Amino acid sequence: MKLTLEFGGGLELLFGSVKIHEVAVPPPEGETKVTVKHLLLWIRDNLLKERPEMFLKDKSVRPGVLVLINDCDWELCGTTEAVLEEKDTVVFISTLHGG
Amino acid sequence: MGEMDEEDVVMRRISKLKKESVREEMVSRFARIRKEAREFREQLAFQEREEEAENADIVAGCKSDLDGEAQCREPEGQQFTKNTKQKEGDLKSQDPEAKKQEDRRLGSCGMENGSCAAGVFSSGHSMGADFIRRYSRQLLVPSFGVSGQKKLSESAILIVGMGGLGSPISSYLAASGVGRLGLVDSDVVELSNLHRQIIHTEAFIGQPKVSSAASACLALNSSILVKEHGRGLNAANAVEIISQYDVVVDATDNIPSRYLISDACVATAKPLVSGAALGLEGQLSVYNHKSGPCYRCLFPVPPPPGTRQRCSDNGVLGVVPGIIGTLQALEAIKLASGFGETLSSRMLLLDAFSTRIHMVKLRGRSPNCFACGDAPQISAANLHEFDYERFTESTLSEEGPKAQELIPVNDRLSSAELKKLLESGKPHVLLDVRDSHEYVISSLPSSLNIPLSLLKERLSVLQSAVDSVVSFPDNPQEKEYPGLQDVGSSKEECSSVVPSRENTSIYVVCRRGNDSQKAVQFLRSEGFSSAVDVVGGLESWAKDVDERFPFY
Ligand SMILES: [Zn+2]
Repeated sequence: MKLTLEFGGGLELLFGSVKIHEVAVPPPEGETKVTVKHLLLWIRDNLLKERPEMFLKDKSVRPGVLVLINDCDWELCGTTEAVLEEKDTVVFISTLHGG
Repeated sequence: MGEMDEEDVVMRRISKLKKESVREEMVSRFARIRKEAREFREQLAFQEREEEAENADIVAGCKSDLDGEAQCREPEGQQFTKNTKQKEGDLKSQDPEAKKQEDRRLGSCGMENGSCAAGVFSSGHSMGADFIRRYSRQLLVPSFGVSGQKKLSESAILIVGMGGLGSPISSYLAASGVGRLGLVDSDVVELSNLHRQIIHTEAFIGQPKVSSAASACLALNSSILVKEHGRGLNAANAVEIISQYDVVVDATDNIPSRYLISDACVATAKPLVSGAALGLEGQLSVYNHKSGPCYRCLFPVPPPPGTRQRCSDNGVLGVVPGIIGTLQALEAIKLASGFGETLSSRMLLLDAFSTRIHMVKLRGRSPNCFACGDAPQISAANLHEFDYERFTESTLSEEGPKAQELIPVNDRLSSAELKKLLESGKPHVLLDVRDSHEYVISSLPSSLNIPLSLLKERLSVLQSAVDSVVSFPDNPQEKEYPGLQDVGSSKEECSSVVPSRENTSIYVVCRRGNDSQKAVQFLRSEGFSSAVDVVGGLESWAKDVDERFPFY
């Protein structure tokens, strides 16, 4: 499944300082759907360059990271259970505090 | 054939006559226009002279109105007179000390009761001539108009943080005619602030940011009230201060302040405009408004300490908080004057690197929220008991992470000891493990830069430096510090001593002495048993050894 992943708010530093990644994520074996939960594991195993604890915690994203599916808060789409569709854009953004 | 000729001749003659008459008419019309234009210019010049005289009268009239009003209206009158004097004083003198004293006086007077109504209207809340002139271009905006301006002028807005965000927020809110502005900050103005905190000027370096900002706001608009809260916001005073205002703007730079301000806004039912900026990115939202979420609804658990970035470590391009702060001012004006659609339940994400703005839809208020949920745990009565610093594991300031102690202090060097060793001529390699973009800002002479994150893969570079170690005295005080232009002047010179991993000292430095400990732990595990790091890093060098070192 073709997806666009974006990392911001400093998270891009964990992905070779590249913000936008066009990826093809295969569904888990024996399944047809790609959930966000599966996407997180796929990112950890295929995309993440360093320090996974800066991105993930307890099978979800770490506190302080907002997940947006097609510019919509993942809380409104079922968080880790949200089912992704072809050409979806998933944004991971770390909350900023500077002023 | 003759007929045709004749007709042709007649036609030509007619055409010629026509042309001549048209030309004549044109000539006379041009003459008329020129005459009119000349008359118009003369009239215009006359009007301008008249207007100049009239303006002088108006200015004098406004001042006497203001003074008259001040006399008959207590206690607001006092503030009016002071504001007028303040403005006059500012014009006369640029002496910051005089300004500071004036500001202190101003900040400590008036509005202690915290009631609303800033009193910019003349009697009966009708708009005075100066009021109309000042805000005329805003009054002309149909959806804002007179009612918006009146509401704005009767409103009170609190801005927490007088930094990169707070600068445009306070400037625009003062200029646009918010009735009463509260400014919160406990810091003083520093040179490294000025590139983005544009409300402060060089003359105010070393003085409280609230004094500097209040002075600038009143210079922009002396008809508003400005209150300074120079002790900053904490759990003990947050509810009391915030309850004096209608809208709160979070322009702070740290996580505990963000939770504190959000909770206090929920406890006192105030809408919150929250902005943040770092590096080349910015974020903006409105919390605790209508059915939208509060900050805790979005971030119930604070991010772990290791994941946080700060302007003083990660940098920030000055214009980025400028953009976010300006948008915060917009949201605050809309909330205070009750028009437009705010960013409640939405968030704006700015990526300044590629000039992209994302608008995203956020969740609504969470029924389970600790602060604003159906069974809230925090109220105006108990908020002061909540330990925000412990909750977020950080302090209510932009202070950096506490110095780590991975290696016992007696197994490390002080910056003074490093200086002695460098001067002694003892064979060594001076290793700087900061990122290269920091190393090029400033560095110690003859140092070798291998960023901590690359140390493992570039161990051979360190090995070859050890193999060709410097053997003569190296007095950094006699040299200029490499930096900016002369990048990469670090040299690796030959030596007669036979070096080895065990006997060649490797002095490891970083910015503050945390990464250098991690580097030493790693190097020792790789057999570089003489690796030792410097407590406090280059910050300590700049403080304790050589003030000339351009620390950043
Ligand atoms: Zn909430």
